[in-house]
Amino acid sequence: MATPERDKPVETVELTEKQRKARRNRSVAIAIALAALVVIFYLVTLAKGPGMMNRPL
Amino acid sequence: MSIVEQTSVDAPEVGVSEATAGDFLALLKPRVMSLVVFTALVGLVAAPVPLDPILASISVLAIAVGAGASGALNMWYDADIDRVMSRTARRPVPAGRVQPGEALGFGLFLSLLAVLTLGLAANWLAAAVLAFTIFFYAVVYTMWLKRWTPQNIVIGGAAGAFPPVVGWAAATGSLSLESLILFAIIFLWTPPHFWALALFKAGDYGRAGIPMMPNVAGEASTRRQIFAYTLLVAPIGVLPWLLGYVSAGYGLVAAALGAGFIYYAWGVLRMKPSDTAMAPAKQMFGFSLIYLFGIFAAYLVDVVAARVLASGAFL
Repeated sequence: MATPERDKPVETVELTEKQRKARRNRSVAIAIALAALVVIFYLVTLAKGPGMMNRPL
Repeated sequence: MSIVEQTSVDAPEVGVSEATAGDFLALLKPRVMSLVVFTALVGLVAAPVPLDPILASISVLAIAVGAGASGALNMWYDADIDRVMSRTARRPVPAGRVQPGEALGFGLFLSLLAVLTLGLAANWLAAAVLAFTIFFYAVVYTMWLKRWTPQNIVIGGAAGAFPPVVGWAAATGSLSLESLILFAIIFLWTPPHFWALALFKAGDYGRAGIPMMPNVAGEASTRRQIFAYTLLVAPIGVLPWLLGYVSAGYGLVAAALGAGFIYYAWGVLRMKPSDTAMAPAKQMFGFSLIYLFGIFAAYLVDVVAARVLASGAFL
């Protein structure tokens, strides 16, 4: 009896060591960039002061 | 060449990327970016208004990222010609480390982010000028002028000349004659700077089919035009002092640098057609970088010194 489609092992891409390292390197860089963005927009909000929030609804 | 042809021809087989963060950083052309940051900073600091150091720093960062984004878009579009030029063959896209689509997405995303950040941190006039600068470099220069006319870097030089205007606009929310003079200095400096490079890299540009001035009009004509533009930029460099924006200290430095620039351009003008080493052109290219950095550094020092003296902070 043939194996049902849903029970077949899912084909995945096996990363080489170089690809794995490069992906980790990119992930770390993206995390740092996102953290920096959070800090930047927090600082802009502080520097602009409460006036930034006073706007007509 | 249309965008569709470019991407379909250049797209290699789909695979898992081996690009590192450093490759993406290289897409931003860090060396060009450093000059952009410096000139934008001068425009920002020269503006006669009080600056919030946090907002000023974030504005400069946004301008730097915007400049980098336009560099990434340039590398995406120019991958085919970068591949055949020795100076650019090792760039991430022609070397195959970053896929063209990745460079395009990266450039577009950073452009949007830089413009929005500058708009929020400074003002929307500065953001609009930054957006126009990115458009001018990526579309007007890279996609249109560069492969079409030997005047490519003359008109395209405007893209590199905008950063001090963006900096000034970020500080004041307006444009002014002072910032336009800084624009004019970079704009008129660009042709002799790039044509000096194009003289000793004419083979590269010829292989890539880029109509640089030496390849189209010949070396003799290029040498004359280099000299003519240098004669124009030298007095414009002194103009901020003549108009009373800065002190005689700046004027002296600008005059000395201008005289040096003309001296090196004279060397290029007198270069013999048989001179294949082209040492005068290489020296002129090196000095052109010193000239621009020197002019803007002198402007920055002069403005800061005048403020310190006026505030009596040194007493």
